[in-house]
Amino acid sequence: MNPSLAVIFLTLFSGAGFGLMATVAVVNDFAIDGGLSPLRTAILVALALLLVTMGMVSSTAHLANPKNAWRAFTRWRTSWLAREGVFAVLFYPVAIAYLGWVFFTNTDRDGVALALGNAAALIGLITIFCQGMIYACLRTIRQWHTPLVPANFYALGLALGMTVLATSRVLARGHDLVLVSTASALLVAAAVMKAIYYFWIGAPSGTTLQTATGFTRGRVRLLDQGHTFGTFLTHEFSNSISPVRARYFKIGVYLLGFLAPIAILLLATRTPIGLTVLLAPVLAFIGIGLERYLFFVEAQHVVNLYHGRMPGPLPQMHPALRAHAADALSAGKPGRLVPSYEKR
Amino acid sequence: MRLGLVIDLDTCVGCHACATACKEWNTSAITAPLTDYDPYGKEPSGVWFNRIRHYEIGEYPNNKTINFPMSCMHCENAECVTVCPTGASYKRPEDGIVLVDQDKCMGCNYCSWACPYGARELDRESGTMKKCTLCVDRIYDEALPAEERQPACVLACPAHARLFGDLDDPESTTSRAVRERGGYALMPELNYSPTNHYLPPRTRPSISTSDLPRGSLARKVKEWVNRVVER
Repeated sequence: MNPSLAVIFLTLFSGAGFGLMATVAVVNDFAIDGGLSPLRTAILVALALLLVTMGMVSSTAHLANPKNAWRAFTRWRTSWLAREGVFAVLFYPVAIAYLGWVFFTNTDRDGVALALGNAAALIGLITIFCQGMIYACLRTIRQWHTPLVPANFYALGLALGMTVLATSRVLARGHDLVLVSTASALLVAAAVMKAIYYFWIGAPSGTTLQTATGFTRGRVRLLDQGHTFGTFLTHEFSNSISPVRARYFKIGVYLLGFLAPIAILLLATRTPIGLTVLLAPVLAFIGIGLERYLFFVEAQHVVNLYHGRMPGPLPQMHPALRAHAADALSAGKPGRLVPSYEKR
Repeated sequence: MRLGLVIDLDTCVGCHACATACKEWNTSAITAPLTDYDPYGKEPSGVWFNRIRHYEIGEYPNNKTINFPMSCMHCENAECVTVCPTGASYKRPEDGIVLVDQDKCMGCNYCSWACPYGARELDRESGTMKKCTLCVDRIYDEALPAEERQPACVLACPAHARLFGDLDDPESTTSRAVRERGGYALMPELNYSPTNHYLPPRTRPSISTSDLPRGSLARKVKEWVNRVVER
């Protein structure tokens, strides 16, 4: 799939914003480590609103005809994209009411504050679910059609939110073990969930060029794709990444997205490192942004089969078999599709 | 009623006439225009509702070239309609044609992600999604003679490889062809229940060469000289 920045930023920033809102609500609900001060709560909720808004604004850049974007709320009965829009918009009044209440009454412990905070957190979490289901409901893309997708969106959003929250606590108090260890635990959980996903998407798909053309008894090979230059289909669906490059990217995801933030936060609990602790959320965003890029670029739409491209490499296969499979599927070289009248 | 196409892979010669006829009709029809990008330049591209690909089936010498036209399948279970957040994509209950309301589409591409057949293409110029309309503005046009109330691709096909009809009516030409020739739908495992069907190539006995008259001695010498002497 085309890894468009608009969609990467939408899922990354709004996921982190909803995650931050949820972690703020939980920390205040149970007064974890004494809870947050009203001012700090207000700042963090404002930050959550900012992140969600950044995501929503960048998502409109993905629309070719944004003047009709208001219609996107109408088909919530069938479309996960419409549901996401409805809940994302519902999030604003509740979160802003919470922010206003905490800011003007200077308390985040009374019933109204807790009710508003939890309502905003719940709507945010529902929005993350809808966001994951946008991708998970598509049967045409094997790498997305798995319940692990919304699960990953949850884990990554909550981990990012908690990392931001723990960083703000470290900045305020110098060191704090409770929130930092919670953030580390969420980052580890998200990393493990993502690893499960990476193993899972290696499974071969049931759909092949044989079932796509109906010639299931013999070999089918593309002779000509019928167009001399790219089409909408090649632009939108033909992006891919070589397995070697993807492996380096995944190492980057784990180093930047999970390992570095945990190390920086833990370091901050031992020695005062001042503003350097801000690197923890920044690196987490970069690493998980890289993860989101891979999420799109590794996804292979079945329409690529018609262009002679086989679904991605099969990392789970035995190396001996893999070499054989690569031979048989030689048309499945990664990279963009070439014009059909290329020199042979 | 379930209107759709049946495509005969036995007779399709891969001439792309259906695609050009489609482009010609639809570039001034209800979802017009079908924008071209850089049409006379080095990198020509544009919006098409019908694309023809060419495949080789089997291994030499038992191989065969198959020309494979593909357009919207007007699926029974059209996920492109289900996922559309704006309600721009819809399936007409009366004849099963899947259409995009150009006034409602916001160009989010989500329906094209849901379509396994690559039937939908975004027009960058208008910012809306466009797709095969089954020539809905031809097939009901009473100003046209009855035999011309068919999609442009069907009328243009020189090999009569495209049939248009009601696949709900068991006695229509299309249903009969599907029944008699073993017509099939593409990617049945995805459960989109496409309306369009494909007819497989007929199996014919291979032409025997053993009963051909053997060449005379003079002819054999000529063939041998031809092989040896370079011109």
